[in-house]
Amino acid sequence: MGRIETAFTTASIKKPAFIGFTVAGDPDKVTCIRIARALIAGGTDILELGVPFSDPVADGPTIQKADERALTAGTTPDTVFDIVREIRKESNVPIVFLTYYNIVHRRGIERFYREAHDAGVDGILIADMPVEESEEVCTVAARCGIDPIFLITQTTSEERIKKISAKARGYLYLVAVLGVTGVRDQVSDGAIDLLHRVQKHTRLPLALGFGISTPAHARTCARAGADGVIVGSAIVEIVGRNLKNPDLIEQELQDYVMGMKQAALSGQ
Amino acid sequence: MTTKGRYGKYGGQYVSETLMSALIELEDAYGRVSKDPQFARDLAALQTEYAGRETPLTFCPNASRELKCKIYLKREDLVHGGSHKLNNTLGQALLAKKMGKKRLIAETGAGQHGVATAIVGAALGLPVEVYMGEVDTQRQALNVFRMELMGAKVIPVKSGTRTLKDAINEALRDWVANVRDTYYLIGSVVGPHPYPLMVRDFQSVIGREAREQVMRKEGRLPDAVVACVGGGSNAIGIFHPFLADDVELIGVEAGGEGIETGKHSATLCAGDAGVLHGTLSYLLQDEHGQVLPTHSISAGLDYPGVGPEHAMLKDKHRVTYAAVNDPEVLDAFKFLSQTEGIIPALESAHAVAYVKQNADRFDKDDIVIINLSGRGDKDVAEVAKIQGCL
Repeated sequence: MGRIETAFTTASIKKPAFIGFTVAGDPDKVTCIRIARALIAGGTDILELGVPFSDPVADGPTIQKADERALTAGTTPDTVFDIVREIRKESNVPIVFLTYYNIVHRRGIERFYREAHDAGVDGILIADMPVEESEEVCTVAARCGIDPIFLITQTTSEERIKKISAKARGYLYLVAVLGVTGVRDQVSDGAIDLLHRVQKHTRLPLALGFGISTPAHARTCARAGADGVIVGSAIVEIVGRNLKNPDLIEQELQDYVMGMKQAALSGQ
Repeated sequence: MTTKGRYGKYGGQYVSETLMSALIELEDAYGRVSKDPQFARDLAALQTEYAGRETPLTFCPNASRELKCKIYLKREDLVHGGSHKLNNTLGQALLAKKMGKKRLIAETGAGQHGVATAIVGAALGLPVEVYMGEVDTQRQALNVFRMELMGAKVIPVKSGTRTLKDAINEALRDWVANVRDTYYLIGSVVGPHPYPLMVRDFQSVIGREAREQVMRKEGRLPDAVVACVGGGSNAIGIFHPFLADDVELIGVEAGGEGIETGKHSATLCAGDAGVLHGTLSYLLQDEHGQVLPTHSISAGLDYPGVGPEHAMLKDKHRVTYAAVNDPEVLDAFKFLSQTEGIIPALESAHAVAYVKQNADRFDKDDIVIINLSGRGDKDVAEVAKIQGCL
């Protein structure tokens, strides 16, 4: 059983899980490690790390800027693997990469997945890799002991939900909005419908992400039966607001995650 | 890897999940219309009555004398709007209407595709929004005005390098958010399947006409066909009907300030395999897979990727890809203007520059067709500025 599955099925996560995202290397390697620590200290059950890319087409302005900051700081896949190794020295929290295919393709699928696994990564989601193109990646992932994580969106047909659920491991990432990443006012009815639609087809844990930022959002997702809530842009905004003050980033993030986790639990 | 939409190993559909249903819908719809005789008739009528096809294959006596071979120009500069771009936008906008889409979005570099989309939007009654890099809105201010004049909304893109690549990123983000009623009208043979196929089909009218025209005028096929390559739509359009023939095909990329300086857009000459904007093709990228900034004197070629079919044609050695640099392009721009009274777009001037530079490769009876993909009026102010005349 992988770390992700264990996290969802055993008592180590009180459901719904809080899944926190930050861009690896944003604003630099050292601060990013402190950010990860703060997220974990606040109660993050699964840590998602964005591997920065020059052209992140699935992301809104907040995460685009974070990718730019990370790249300007000289972040490469090697930096990102280093960050994972540092976190692994002190934590067993499952770690998932979010990236774009060219980063993986450039390094070589086999090499990227092998190095990721050796550093301590548990799952990889490639934002521009639909299930139809994923055969090779899934084969390599299985061989390397990495869970392939997939997105399901409001426009995904029933037929494709089945196809994706059959290939995915770890959890399914349900996209709560039509659009790119970024903070939104509320969790749409479409998101809850999607959750119920996917529940019929799979026993994999279902996590809702994109546009989720407030405790009220987390409660709504939990009440609807989500196994996890994923927060990205709201975390990255806290980072972006306090670039000159890493101490403040840590404090704010830890408080924020605690509030979100509590809200999610209260909705259960 | 699926076999669908593949050119050798290149092509495919590398997009986020939200867009998959839209691509499947588009594939189905295009599959239907491409077999529908009524669609073909509607498109042909628009091409003739509205766009001004067929375009001439013009023999150039003066340029031929100077370059010591027989030079013909395929006159896509005479298509309504001033470039080959309308061939594609007419086809795709007709398709969008058939699909019941309510809104067109597009990206543009030099502004030619944006203008061609604004034209079809006005003609077919669909609202148009065009994403354009902020740098390009300044380089091509006149085209911004043209688009707005025809009722399109131009959205300057301020992210990344603020050029064509970033305009495509923003258009993709818009499409993800509005996928149910919006049609993304891509301007070149790039992007995920079925775009490279569809755009090629709509642009192949160039090569079909040229092939017939040269047979009529010369009674034989040409020795060479030369076209500029950015994304590669005018090139694939003129090459495709000649692929099975014994005709040399030459694609000319933007060498910018020289490939060795790193300031260029010569993807096929200097890039290698990578994935951008939904397709696996050649890509200008660093060792870690980050996409590199590009440079060209012509905004329309300023793109780090290229159509996947070109990638295959390069690997199969069916098409020769070369690059010419900015100064040679400016020379060719002047050369064609002075010898023939035809001002080429800076993009098309790359093809002219290649022939001029390699004229000694051809004999005096050799027939060389240059695809004059667009007219140069849009570039006159920029060239005057470079020469210090403005």
